[in-house]
Formats: sequence, C-alpha cells, structure tokens
Amino acid sequence: MRSVDEIVNGVLEGDTRALARAITMVENEREGYEQVLERIYPHTGKAYVVGLTGAPGVGKSTLVDRLAKFARGHGHSVGILAVDPTSPFSGGAILGDRVRMQSHSGDPGVFIRSLATRGQLGGLSRASGGVIQLMDAAGRDLILVETVGSGQSEVEIMRYAHTVVVVVIAGLGDEIQMIKAGILEIGDVFCVNKADREGSDRTAADLRMLADSCSKGWIPPVVKTQARSGEGVDQLYQAIFGHRQYLESTGDMRHRQLRSAEAGIRDIIIEQVVDRTLDLARAEQVLDELLERLTARQTNPYQAAKHLLNAYGSQILRMCEGDAE
Amino acid sequence: MERIRVLVAKPGLDGHDRGARVVARALRDAGMEVIYTGLRQTPEDIAEAAVQEDVQVVGLSILSGAHNTLVPRVLEQLRARGAGNVLFLVGGIIPEEDVEFLKSAGVHAVFGPGTSTDDIVEFIKSHVKG
Repeated sequence: MRSVDEIVNGVLEGDTRALARAITMVENEREGYEQVLERIYPHTGKAYVVGLTGAPGVGKSTLVDRLAKFARGHGHSVGILAVDPTSPFSGGAILGDRVRMQSHSGDPGVFIRSLATRGQLGGLSRASGGVIQLMDAAGRDLILVETVGSGQSEVEIMRYAHTVVVVVIAGLGDEIQMIKAGILEIGDVFCVNKADREGSDRTAADLRMLADSCSKGWIPPVVKTQARSGEGVDQLYQAIFGHRQYLESTGDMRHRQLRSAEAGIRDIIIEQVVDRTLDLARAEQVLDELLERLTARQTNPYQAAKHLLNAYGSQILRMCEGDAE
Repeated sequence: MERIRVLVAKPGLDGHDRGARVVARALRDAGMEVIYTGLRQTPEDIAEAAVQEDVQVVGLSILSGAHNTLVPRVLEQLRARGAGNVLFLVGGIIPEEDVEFLKSAGVHAVFGPGTSTDDIVEFIKSHVKG
C-alpha cells in the first residue's frame, strides 16, 4: 500500500495509476482517504463538470464518448465518470459503459472510471464528489459524469455539475411525462438523441415549449443529436459552453459553487455525526436494544434519536476535535 | 467497503461474446464489480482499462485460437504500466497443450469450455480479498 504522500503527489502530477488508486481509496473509504481529499482540495475548482442524465438506452455513453472526442479535438484533457447500478441482491455490478466509449484508444488524455452505485440512490455513487475532485486535481479540464439512467429522480448530479444535460429520445412518453417534476427541471441543456427516430422533431418542439415556459434567466437550449454518427454533437458541445458562458457572465456560477460547497459540508457532517452515533450505539449494543423497543412501540423514532444524540453527542464532539488537530 | 473489481475483456477478432457475458453475470451474482469492455480490444486498451479501473483481476476470453500471441502481449502491456501483479485469468477455447505455456507466461488459471462459473468465482475469492 502506497502512502498518502505518494498518492497525493501522483494525483497532482496527473499520474494515471495514482489517480486510479486514489479513486479506489475514496470509493472504499480506506484509511487515509480523508487526508487525500483534504490535501488535494486546494488544487480543485479548475475543471468544468458536465453531467449527463436520462433513461437507460437513450445513448448517454455514446454521447459522452463523442463529447470527449470533441473536447480532445479542442486540446482539453477529459475525465469520465460512468455510474452503473449495483445489484440489490448480490451487491455486485456489471459496469458496461466502456463498451460504448472506444474512441480514445491509446489517448492518455481521456481517463475513464466506472463506478457502481453501491446502494446510493439518486443516480450517482457516494464517492462521486470525491472522484470528481480527484480528477479535477489531476488536471482534467473537462469532467463528464454519466448517471445511472434510472430516470426520474436523478437530481444528485445537480450538486456536482456546472451544466446538466438531460438526454431523451422520441417515443418514451407524452407531454405529461415531460412536465413531471424531477429530471426535466434540472436540465440546463436538453438533448434529443437518436434524432433519426420518428417523432424527434415533435419531442424537440415539446421540450422547447417547456424550456421557454418554465425558467427565468437561462432558457435551456434543445439540441438534436445522433450520437452514433456524431451528428449534432458539435451543437451539443456549443450549447454546453453557451451555458458555461452564461453562468460565468451572471452571478449563477458563484451561486452554484456556494450551493455545492454547502452540500459538501453537509455530507461530511452527516458522515461524522450520523455514522459515528450509530456506530457507537451499535458497538455498545444500545442500538439493538433501542430498535427492539421501537418495533415494540415502547418508544418512538424522535425519542430514540434524541436519546442517542444525548448519549453520544459529547463523545462525538471530542472525536471531531481530535480530527481537527 | 472493499469489493473485488474484475476486468472482463476480449482481445482479438472473436465474433461473439456470449461466454464472456455469462462469466460477467456470474461474477456480478457473486458480489463482484465487473468492468466489461466489449469485443475486439487491443492489448493496450485492455491494460489501460485495467489501470484506470484499478481492478485486482483481469480475465480474458479468447475463442479465436490466438491466445498464445495475445496473452503475452496483454501481460507485457500490464507490466509496462506497473499493473503486472493483478490476478490474471484466461477463458475460452484453449487446447490443453497450450495451458502450460500460458501459465509460464504469467497466467494464474485457464478455464476451458465446460468450466463451472462457480469454480471461477471460487478461484478469484480464494486469491483476492474483497
């Protein structure tokens, strides 16, 4: 096992193997992973992060592949994070997004990492934020994040991406599906892929109407693409960077940065306080006993939670102080 | 939490990947994370994917008969990237007389036609900690 120093230095030098190792460390929450993330943090904030989300089979992987190729043509280095679902039964996963990302053979300017959700909801894995920071610190100019593709609730990506591309295809649902809250609301750019399919013009027109009617400020552009042939990918790329210019010229970029910084802190507080409370209670068999009483309706969840916070709060505070030193 | 990560790859010109898919599913069902990269991968592609994905296991599926050329090339590319220490498995149509050569080249196990997927799972679990 290599030391934290070696990993951090390797990542900052852009070394592929060190980056890959660091990602594993963060994903598995191995000893030292927090130190790695702490030390690379000053070197983050340079990459532009684009999220692609949408139902399975709409062509996200192929689009990511083509966007990466386009970005390489402009001299940008690319990091790709592709998330696939973990089986709820076995805990295993088949991560198959690389099958459609084959345009970068022999190009060290494209780093692809597949992650399994490992039980996390919302279309990403728990490690996603850390992985994006590592790729950023390793000098990747553009980071493309492909979500699982379960469809309607993949809003997690908003936290990490500067631009969210929602990918749809014609024939997946009527207008009612479209105006449902959730995935369409988070789109900064809409992409109608497989645009040779019947009904694509109609779908694009519906989306345009939706885009015009709902938002204030930025009106999400609608782009038609055929990822496989590459048609329309240049327009998609331009739409993404149009959004970037918009964010940078208004106060919205700052707003997003602040929002994602707060979400980052919240995550860590939850990790430190919530996980530690439950771990301590579990270790002392207090949790088991409490759960028994809860299911027997002898107490209620609010009482139980307060009880645990009272019992372990001061101990956790001391642990946090220890970390801070 | 640690999970065993396996790259299942098909070098060379095989026309189908049914066997590789069956193995990939069996490994998933055994709780592993399987990175599958599809047909016609070059040895460089496979080694690069193994490094980027930081897998502990690489499994090649080869039906074409080109294993004696392809396998050493993949191993060479892995070693060139500092990833020569992965558990390295080969499956597919491999004649008995070639097994010795492949093992001497650095292959840890060869799984021919008729191998039970349980045996593959068992072999990986006994050699890699998840």
